Amino acid sequence: MRKKLWIKLILLLIIPGFLFTVSCTKKAVTSDTEVTQPIEEKDLKAKEAAEKARQEELARQRAIEEERLKEEAAKREAARNQFLTQDIYFDFDSFSILPEAQEILSDKAEWLQDNSDATVTIEGHCDERGTIEYNLALGDRRAESAKAYLVNLGIAESRLNTISYGEERPMDPSNNENAWGKNRRAHFLKN
Amino acid sequence: MTAMKVYLKTIICLIVSTHLLIGFGLCRDDYDYIDITNPFLRKIPIAIPVFKKISIDDTSTKLSKEASDLLSKTLEFTGYFKIMDRDAFLLDPQNGAALSDVKFHNWTSIGAELLLTGGVVIENDHLEIELRLYDTFKEQMLLGKRYKGGMVDQRKMIRRFCSELIYLLTGDMGIFNSKIAFVSTSSGHKEIYICDFDGYNPKRLTNHKNITLSPAWSSDGNWLAYTSYAKGKPDLYIKHLTENRSSVIAKEGINISPAWVPGEFLLTATLSFSGDPEIYMLTGTGKMIKRLTNKRGIDVSPTWSPDGKKMAFVSKRAGSPQIYIKDIDSGRVNRLTFEGHYNTQPSWSPKGDKIAYSGMKQGLGDIHVIGTDGQNPTQLTHNEGNNESASWSPDGSLIVFTSTREGLSRIYVMTAFGTDQRRLVAISGKQTEPHWSPRLSTIH
Repeated sequence: MRKKLWIKLILLLIIPGFLFTVSCTKKAVTSDTEVTQPIEEKDLKAKEAAEKARQEELARQRAIEEERLKEEAAKREAARNQFLTQDIYFDFDSFSILPEAQEILSDKAEWLQDNSDATVTIEGHCDERGTIEYNLALGDRRAESAKAYLVNLGIAESRLNTISYGEERPMDPSNNENAWGKNRRAHFLKN
Repeated sequence: MTAMKVYLKTIICLIVSTHLLIGFGLCRDDYDYIDITNPFLRKIPIAIPVFKKISIDDTSTKLSKEASDLLSKTLEFTGYFKIMDRDAFLLDPQNGAALSDVKFHNWTSIGAELLLTGGVVIENDHLEIELRLYDTFKEQMLLGKRYKGGMVDQRKMIRRFCSELIYLLTGDMGIFNSKIAFVSTSSGHKEIYICDFDGYNPKRLTNHKNITLSPAWSSDGNWLAYTSYAKGKPDLYIKHLTENRSSVIAKEGINISPAWVPGEFLLTATLSFSGDPEIYMLTGTGKMIKRLTNKRGIDVSPTWSPDGKKMAFVSKRAGSPQIYIKDIDSGRVNRLTFEGHYNTQPSWSPKGDKIAYSGMKQGLGDIHVIGTDGQNPTQLTHNEGNNESASWSPDGSLIVFTSTREGLSRIYVMTAFGTDQRRLVAISGKQTEPHWSPRLSTIH
């Protein structure tokens, strides 16, 4: 009886021991690779260096591309700003498109062609002289004149809306010739 | 021979007496208190002493002074009367004498041609006012009325008596039951307001919180048409003033400058949905009837003759804004204004014979009046800022307009001849575009 117990005990001790030797053997293998390491490290390092260089090149390309995109976006932004902030002006009691205005409208037509899905509202304004109702009608004619000019330059009529504010929304509320000149305008908004 | 003498004598007597009779009759007819051709040339001196208080307490003292002052102001507003200074009066009507006991020579001696006396009784919350109008030289009572009501009805009573008085003297009910609609920026946005004919009690009507313009009263006084940017663009609104009914005309482009056709539930307005601002006729519910102008350019600001047969309007068809008249039946259009380069905002007098308008020179506007036949163009305002937006009172005796003579644009009133120019309303902000209502059916 006791013998069997002893055998069992010994087995219990030996088997984990085997397991340990196995792990030890693993270590032995590692030390083998360590021996070959220097060569592989070199390759790895070269590889890493090459990879790094490639990444740097990519990053540089990306940076250039971003820069280019930024510039383009800035240009687009500038063109859009110009479209929205540059008004055209009119003579007193007139809705004819003056030569300066014609140039500005050409620029606007270009922008509209470059941004073919944009629709726009053209506002017509007047200076404070004259009467409220007459100026509402004059503002309407000014907006329509600008619209007609753009349509002639090839912009689809359906993309252009008009609205008149008459003398109700002056740019400059002062009562002098300078202010009046600033108020007789057509203004463009993106919808 | 004696028979002949007697015969001659009787004939002469007959002739003389008939002349006397006819003469007397003629005098009766010719005695006009107010000369209709130019009623403002000579104002009638009228004395309005403080009303007698018939009950003894402090409220009636205050009220009798208030009522007599209100009556004086209301009559003065018409421009027909010179209200005499009470300091010149020879006696205190509060003393002794019954209301009916008038010593006319006390009034004729200071130059009063008309005398208006009143008595006030207050009992609890009830007010009774008795008013009498006398011709001091003829020594007769021309008009006597007694009004009973609540304390709040004081203004109504005074105005009603003034209507009777003016009717007696001119044959016309006057303007005491009319109102004025106008635009003001008091709330921060242009909205429409309404006040009484004398500027009393201005109240805001619209609440669009966006640019609202050009109020126009219908001829029955129940509707107001106007333009508002409430939905983001200039649309035409037609609103009933007491019932909850309204219509909107929201065509593409501008929907502006409404003007009602006299006696009809129709209006004309400028619409630009065709691509060019033209004048159209529509029903009061906004249904299109027909187009009235047909020329490329601007056609705006219609105004109608009181018989509804002619329409005056502004057109740029000759190059600069001028006023034209269209005969509705024949369709013919004739130009009315030839002086000046910028004539707009015509308003046809309810008397039918004159049109007021704004004529602009060197950037500033003035109110002018011209005969509907084109005769006698006359400038009524001079060198006093920018004056525009003329609108006639319903009896054609007064004109309301805007002026910047004191700085901000304010509402002014003057007689049809340009005299007695004075400010009517002053609330915060700028006031523009007044429109005088027709006579409203009840005195509010």
